[in-house]
Amino acid sequence: MPTITIDGRKIETQPGKTIIEAALENGIAIPHFCWHPALSVAGNCRMCLVRVGSYKKGADGTLERDAEGNPVVQWMPKLQIACATPVADGMVVDTVGEKTIAAQNAVMEFLLINHPLDCPICDEAGQCKLQEYAFKHSRGESRFVEEKVHKPKRVAWSDRIIFDGERCILCSRCIRFANEIAKQPVLTFVERNDHVTIELFEGTTFDSPYSMNVIELCPVGALTSADFRFKSRVWEMSFTPSVCPGCARGCNINIGVRDNQILRLEPRPNPHVNQYWMCDAGRLEQYRWVNSGRISGAAVRRNGALAPASFEEAFRAVADLLSTARGDAMMVLSGSITNEDGFVARECAAAFGIEHVAFVERNDPTFGDDFLRSSDRNANATGLRALGIPSTTWKELLQRMHERMPAVIYFIGADPFAEQDSSSWEELLGSGGAIIAQLSNHSQLEEIADVVLPAATYAEIEGTFTNCDGWVQYLQPAVETAETLRRINGMAQSRLDEFGAPNDRWTHGERRLCRPHWQLLTGVAGAAGHSIAYRSAAEVFAAIEDRVEAFRAMNYEALRQYRGIRLGRGNDPEPVGVVYRSHYMKPQSD
Amino acid sequence: MNVTTNTRAQRMTFWEKLYLPEIAKGLALTFKTMFKPKLTRQYPEERWEPLGSYRGRPVLVLEEDGERCVACGLCSRVCPALAIEVQAGETEREKERYPVKFEINMLRCIYCGLCEEVCPEEAIVMSKDYDIVFHSQEEAIFGKDKLLVPIARLQERLEFLRQYK
Repeated sequence: MPTITIDGRKIETQPGKTIIEAALENGIAIPHFCWHPALSVAGNCRMCLVRVGSYKKGADGTLERDAEGNPVVQWMPKLQIACATPVADGMVVDTVGEKTIAAQNAVMEFLLINHPLDCPICDEAGQCKLQEYAFKHSRGESRFVEEKVHKPKRVAWSDRIIFDGERCILCSRCIRFANEIAKQPVLTFVERNDHVTIELFEGTTFDSPYSMNVIELCPVGALTSADFRFKSRVWEMSFTPSVCPGCARGCNINIGVRDNQILRLEPRPNPHVNQYWMCDAGRLEQYRWVNSGRISGAAVRRNGALAPASFEEAFRAVADLLSTARGDAMMVLSGSITNEDGFVARECAAAFGIEHVAFVERNDPTFGDDFLRSSDRNANATGLRALGIPSTTWKELLQRMHERMPAVIYFIGADPFAEQDSSSWEELLGSGGAIIAQLSNHSQLEEIADVVLPAATYAEIEGTFTNCDGWVQYLQPAVETAETLRRINGMAQSRLDEFGAPNDRWTHGERRLCRPHWQLLTGVAGAAGHSIAYRSAAEVFAAIEDRVEAFRAMNYEALRQYRGIRLGRGNDPEPVGVVYRSHYMKPQSD
Repeated sequence: MNVTTNTRAQRMTFWEKLYLPEIAKGLALTFKTMFKPKLTRQYPEERWEPLGSYRGRPVLVLEEDGERCVACGLCSRVCPALAIEVQAGETEREKERYPVKFEINMLRCIYCGLCEEVCPEEAIVMSKDYDIVFHSQEEAIFGKDKLLVPIARLQERLEFLRQYK
């Protein structure tokens, strides 16, 4: 085990590690642009220059000491880059000394020579590595009086990514990402000297399903998202750690919210699940449906028309339907409801004597790949199975209903019109049997539903998803509903949220009247006199922990701390270690 | 027992206690001022023209090819009263960003001029307008229509900024 000394601190590390890795593992940040733990080492930004040496030894092998008795260090004549220098036993590294800082300042000055001063326009401003190091390491003003080099700006690499050649500092992170992670080697450096820029090979576009990860990867604002461009400044948004519900992988994300609208999703590093990445589909699709097309407020059908109703009236109506059905009912769950929702649904079904409870599998073989994307498009199929809820398919359900129509069908999050050929369902569901639609978004199902209950989405609730590998992951609310408040419910707040008054227009973001599935289900059970009394998602999870073996010894605090715990490993969670964050000025609320 | 022995009345001299000389002094000032040139202005008809250093309501500079503002949001961030709201959008112009919405809540604005100081484009400046009136809270929110002012009318302020900034 080599032992090295970084800034006077003795650090034990493994052979083969580089200085920057050893430092990172011990919480010492060495400034860098091009190095990324998931990519190969390029060593071209030169920002991580450090002074490296070893203790001087006399002819007899003992350490030489100076007048004060401190060991004398024999420094290497030139500085070394920490990202490409492997550690060796007895190595001494200086990351804060005068020479090191002078070298880093010089590198910064070089990088800023041709970097345009368009921070006011650039989306990266506020979370930019270059901006941060400019504060730390630069002289404050440029000594370069000549004209800056002009390069192509606003180049579309695909319909998702826009490249600005002038802002690029040529770290090659995007090129390496395309080659090594996205496996779509279409990017390359062209030209020479200060005219170097990055281009696509003739006739190609960078449209890999993971391509948008280069936007976070880019240390500057050279790569921006066509979808997000200029929607908001970083400091105006609040960021809430969450989990993507797009497929069974459950990539960790940060939800960027302003005005109670989700403006963007970005990957949050989690070595257990998604490393540093997420797919473009998740990033682009999984926030729109939270922002628009939402059901707000309950409704009950009276005289053939849906009329807005209070939650109590709607619960009463559902309870009446389920009680009179006397078990001749069917509960159709979505595979993307939380463990808490599934557990309470099962309890609720037991209370009403409903035997048929199943969640509908959503599979899309065209979506899956061998990296992060899973063909299983249910956010929580593994969790629901672990809770003892069987799965079914829309086809199976259709067949079953054709054989015998139950008196009541209770759709919880599952919407038959969302992806199925709707005509067969229209005919079938319109023919008889009461329908309860507990959904988050408007659907054709409302037209034939007897009761509509507004459900909250993944971004508005506290709960847990279990991903395809059995990692139980914690979700927390990022968007306010009509019944939650940022400052009371401990949600992430931006400055605008914190100080906005009712007469400010930015505080007028829509807040929908909706509740998590489990809470709606307890309401329904309560209206029928069954006591399923949970006051919070944490209480439901405590009941799950108590009654389901696979969830033993888990709690929200531990799930947050370990960034997910595998089913059955509650007593023995796997530590996450030091998680690398590329832009450490980037807002990270966990 | 508290007996006050050093009140103002006790300290006054005989002449001061008489009052009359003081009244005469006061009237002397009154009569003197009566014959001095008048400083009072007939305000709405006769307006005061402030200097370039005056901080009136903040306005946006409008150049020939459109507004200078690139909607960077720094004014909104620095505003201690949170009076400014900016929504950026993309444009085809060389500066690819522009304010789709730029609103200043004049009920919140405290005329501190920090927005002007922080602006990297010299796009928001303090004007000479000081008589700002509105009848409702809604009216007090000034949009781009009220904020954009042709650059020709702001020359004096821009000159002042260049000199002292």
